[in-house]
Amino acid sequence: MGPEILRDLTFDIPKKSFQFLTGPSGAGKTTLMRLLFMSLKPTRGLIRMFDRDISVIPGEELPLLRRRIGIVFQDFRLLDHMTTYENVALPLRVRGKDESSYRSDVIELLKWVGLGERINVLPPVLSGGEKQRVAIARALIDQPEILLADEPTGNVDPPMAQRLLNLFTELNRLGTAVVIATHDLSLMDRVDARRMILSEGRLDIYD
Amino acid sequence: MTEPAPRQTDTQKKERLVSLRPTAPIVPPVNVSGRALMVVIAIMSFLCAVTLGTVTMVQEKAETWQGDVASEITIQVKPADGLDMEKALLDVRAVALSFPGALTAEIVDRRATARLLEPWLGEGFDMDALPVPRLVIVTIDETAPPDFSAIRQSLAATVPSATLDDHRAWASRLITMARITVFVGVGILALMFATTMLTVIFATRGAMVGNRHIVEVLHFVGAETGFIAAEFQKHFLIIGLKGAAIGGGLATAAFLVLGFWQSNSMATALNDQVTALFGRFTLSSAGYFGIIGIVVLIAGMTALTTRLTVIRTIGEIDRQRADPSLLEIG
Repeated sequence: MGPEILRDLTFDIPKKSFQFLTGPSGAGKTTLMRLLFMSLKPTRGLIRMFDRDISVIPGEELPLLRRRIGIVFQDFRLLDHMTTYENVALPLRVRGKDESSYRSDVIELLKWVGLGERINVLPPVLSGGEKQRVAIARALIDQPEILLADEPTGNVDPPMAQRLLNLFTELNRLGTAVVIATHDLSLMDRVDARRMILSEGRLDIYD
Repeated sequence: MTEPAPRQTDTQKKERLVSLRPTAPIVPPVNVSGRALMVVIAIMSFLCAVTLGTVTMVQEKAETWQGDVASEITIQVKPADGLDMEKALLDVRAVALSFPGALTAEIVDRRATARLLEPWLGEGFDMDALPVPRLVIVTIDETAPPDFSAIRQSLAATVPSATLDDHRAWASRLITMARITVFVGVGILALMFATTMLTVIFATRGAMVGNRHIVEVLHFVGAETGFIAAEFQKHFLIIGLKGAAIGGGLATAAFLVLGFWQSNSMATALNDQVTALFGRFTLSSAGYFGIIGIVVLIAGMTALTTRLTVIRTIGEIDRQRADPSLLEIG
């Protein structure tokens, strides 16, 4: 068994809330995000997502619950054989939606994140910042109930970071709870939101 | 005057500005590992189909031998002092045909007899100078053969130097040999088939390793296991079908070409030698259906292995959820 990374954490993510998760490297931000995404189980303690104890959710139910969550991975996890458009449309495609029903929404969102000219481009030729925006667009496309974004502005310049932050706040205004893990203090200063600070496995919350 | 163009909606305008390529498949088109898998499947299918075709040919050849032997008996007339050989042969034939179940009786004439002995005695030998026995070949009804012991008794009374050979000893040895040959052939086929299946399974799993990240992404964006498995299964079924069809097709073509060569080079020394050793390179419909069966089975096995591998991969991803030693500190 490995070291205990997080302990004695008690918090909730209210519906339609907006919070930053921050802390030094190695504090466990990514681990906490993975726990919230249900890609890890806690070794002890209780985590409830959508009123379900994540430790006992059967594997076959996970995809359906994850459809209610949008996630931006730190390493983007884009599919290299798919264009920007196809990557962003992927969550809708796997839900069995007809392309004609989402085509204009995907294009609209790509324009919003500044990728209107990169719609037919494959990820290997995108810059880090562009990949990040594709990953963000993919997480947002189905208007999830909760958005988990791990360092979503780590690879973009300040104007684009502001633009993405506006996108997150807009999404939040429409009803999505947002959790952004970040090191970027200036980003946190731009929004009046709850701050959850992880340090040495402990969590301090500043509302 | 022309009709005014209908006004376009905003959505139509937007979509007209952006042209998209045809949507890419969920699983990427055939890559290096996919092509390698296809080659492996083609080679194994070829070997499997050749083995199956050969076993089918041997089995059919053995059955033909058995049928030929069972449908004939031979009556041998040995020369004896004061025996009129030609009359004795006619008598033997008459005796044989007098029994129900004997269909025809053919006397092997002097020329044919001399030809039979040529390999041992050479050409142009004097048959009258040697005590050469003569033969009467009787074809019999396999379903209702004549009473052999009654024929023997009748022959002993009519031509005492005539002996009947019903080929039973020869036939039973031949049947045993044929059965052993077919048994060994089926054994080789079973081993070949098992090897093919294992190779296909491992090659498919190998090719799937490179797709693990796609399974992961699909799983994390909410695709259900059945959806992911179906997408990969479809993709690998096509690879399996293509590879197996190439292998099976090449094996079929090989049999057809060899059969064509054999029938177009009759009476050549090489052909006679090859035919004596291997028989005719012609596959029956059972052989062709067998090859089609192999193609379908190998393609099906590829698809099934893919499905099980996807399910196992997702199982592993979910197992990692519960394994704290795999935690990524961040």
